[in-house]
Amino acid sequence: MTLLSIENLSLSIHQFDILHDVTLSIAAGEIVAVTGESGSGKSMTALATMQLLPKGAHTTGRIVLGDREITALDETTLCTMRGNDMGMVFQEPMTALNPVQTIGAQVAETIRIHDRTITRAEALDRAAETLTRVGLPQDRFPLGRYPHELSGGQRQRVVIAMAIALQPRLLIADEPTTALDVTTQAQILDLLKRLAKEDDMGLLMITHDLAVVADMADRIVVMRNGKIVEQGETGHLLRHMQHPYTKMLFEASGHRVNLPAAPAPAPLMRVERVIRDYRLPRTSVFGAPGSFRAVDDVSFTIQRGERLGLVGESGCGKSTLTRALLGLEQVQGGSITLDGEPVFTGTRPNLAVRRKMQVVFQDPFGSFNPRHRVDRLITEPFHLLPDPPSGAARTRAIDEALLAVGLTPRDATKYIHEFSGGQRQRIAIARALIIRPDLILFDEAVSALDVSVRAQILDLLADLCGAYDLTYLFISHDLSVVRTVTDRVLVMKSGKIVEEGLTKDVFERPQHHYTKTLIDAAPILPDIGVPA
Amino acid sequence: MKRNLILGGLLSALFVLAALISFAWTPYDHTALDIPNKLKTPYAEHLLGTDHFGRDLLSMIMVGARTSIAVALVAVGIGMGLGVPLGLWAAARSGSLVDEVIMRGNDLVFAFPSLVIAILITAIFGAGAVNAIIAIGIFNIPVFARITRGAALSLWQREFILAARVAGKNAARISVEHILPNVTNLLIVQGTIQFSLGILAEAGLSYVGLGAQPPTPSWGRMLADAQTLVSIAPHMALVPGFAIILTVLGLNLMGDGLRDYLDPRLRVART
Repeated sequence: MTLLSIENLSLSIHQFDILHDVTLSIAAGEIVAVTGESGSGKSMTALATMQLLPKGAHTTGRIVLGDREITALDETTLCTMRGNDMGMVFQEPMTALNPVQTIGAQVAETIRIHDRTITRAEALDRAAETLTRVGLPQDRFPLGRYPHELSGGQRQRVVIAMAIALQPRLLIADEPTTALDVTTQAQILDLLKRLAKEDDMGLLMITHDLAVVADMADRIVVMRNGKIVEQGETGHLLRHMQHPYTKMLFEASGHRVNLPAAPAPAPLMRVERVIRDYRLPRTSVFGAPGSFRAVDDVSFTIQRGERLGLVGESGCGKSTLTRALLGLEQVQGGSITLDGEPVFTGTRPNLAVRRKMQVVFQDPFGSFNPRHRVDRLITEPFHLLPDPPSGAARTRAIDEALLAVGLTPRDATKYIHEFSGGQRQRIAIARALIIRPDLILFDEAVSALDVSVRAQILDLLADLCGAYDLTYLFISHDLSVVRTVTDRVLVMKSGKIVEEGLTKDVFERPQHHYTKTLIDAAPILPDIGVPA
Repeated sequence: MKRNLILGGLLSALFVLAALISFAWTPYDHTALDIPNKLKTPYAEHLLGTDHFGRDLLSMIMVGARTSIAVALVAVGIGMGLGVPLGLWAAARSGSLVDEVIMRGNDLVFAFPSLVIAILITAIFGAGAVNAIIAIGIFNIPVFARITRGAALSLWQREFILAARVAGKNAARISVEHILPNVTNLLIVQGTIQFSLGILAEAGLSYVGLGAQPPTPSWGRMLADAQTLVSIAPHMALVPGFAIILTVLGLNLMGDGLRDYLDPRLRVART
């Protein structure tokens, strides 16, 4: 039986077309995944179903839930339906919960809004029941907990509990696991699957992650620029992709690059028994503040010309280690040397060593000063040189760096907001390359990018490896990416390196149980016969 | 959005122009008494009328604009000149003793009602435009220090600052090259607001007789003079009153407009 059917839905916001002619349906108990890259309109489809559209939105077409046409209803009726007939789970569990209310109160609130006759105590009882259902049993997670006392995955469970408290017929999940670690992601996906089955609930899942889609959806809808390019039953669609865009998406997701062979090992950076402690805030006026060990006795060596990967989940100390390697922060123990020289001397960073290192950050939007032009942005590292090039030599260096990353010299006079996310990441790489460093750190450098753009950036990296003899440390939580762009990999957990070895060996024969968990939890893209 | 800038700019320019012209020319000498023509409502010879001594109000407004603008400008200058570097310094060393000392010093200044302290200063050092400037200026320092530190703190967390640190730049240089350009928006808006508040404060001090001393005309004292005569010559109060309102409005509109105009991100969205 069809639960939700969207027919010829078109949507424009202030004359700007967002969706064209979207038609899809969900049956009770069915999981439908809508996938596509950013700007494809997948989230807007979800918001249109909830009728939570921004101001100035104009829709045509029909959205029918059960026997009611949602598009024709007024706001009051819609309010009774939201939460009751349809629930929604958002991407960011940090912001979807009210930080000053207990989790019990928030789940109970959803129940009480829709049923005025229910008493507060009854609502709390039902909240407790619902929380137990989503895997937060009362003995360990009482109703009086606040969101900040829970981990990201536990918070997402609370958000799910709020959405399913009244057993809606339709659950919409907008990127429910994107903000979570792989091991947590696997648990949340299992939970959603189980709930959909138990309550015979239709699940509309919005996600950009094709591995997740392939893993759990009954049917797949692929969107691009506000249009549905292809939809069908999962197994069938994966075997017989019709549209070139769908093929491109799947190919890009499993994109492999060919790295040139690494040169003979010669140590470049040595990290020996590094310890980094953070001071915790004082808990009492006179007591000594406690401390937190973010990096615990870490040792490794990066060889010249080597592509080393560092994987781990959030909070494992990856970023702290990156800062220590760059000499941005002082370490509390151990030594970090590049070419035999320490990155940090006395109380200040060693600029002679800093000159040989550069970094590319994750956020393509935050890593540039919006008020400077590209030429000034990418020449910033020149500040490290005792004798920075000027005049024609400077222009030549800028042109060369821009060309190397696939941009044109004309881009030098533009501002950063004129570029897309992928182009910005290219500019970030140009900035890192311009002083020809011995070592580049990539801190989640491709995590914020769409799959097709990510594939291009990875290709660029492989090309640059050939042209510049790059040595880099690639830090990421994304196992599939690390697997293709590195020679050797380190696995980090709770501030310690738990496993180290050639990338191929670690992925095929993980030794440490944590590495095994990590690799097992990562959703795998099905083999669809695309040449790797 | 652009309308604000133009309207605000025109209003502000009008008063700046009036002040500048007054150096070279005014319709009458602003100190010349003309008792037979006292308390005249606006007419052809005196465009804005005359006061109780028969002095030409237009001339007084023009010369008074000079006082108001000079006091407010220097006061904002003192506030920005000391407050912004203090704010940048506090943000760059956030959590340290320097930060603590600067911010607690700010709190100390904030803890006193500004006008009361201004009255105290003029009472001790004597009434006059210079003391009014210093009094108003001191209270501008914490405003700018706070706003700069607040904005700078969040900027320090951004990745482009981290990138600059990787490029080996020290805190002072990052503050000037990266933080300052990104807080100018706020400073411009706050600057125009403080400028208009400065004009109001100067008018307030002059009103109670602690600002510029006679015969230097001042909008605040013109209001004070008009107070007892408001029932028979309301124009005497309306003229300086409107001068103050329009200048303050113009400056605020201009501040808003400038912020939109100066942001390169918004500029592209418009074209």
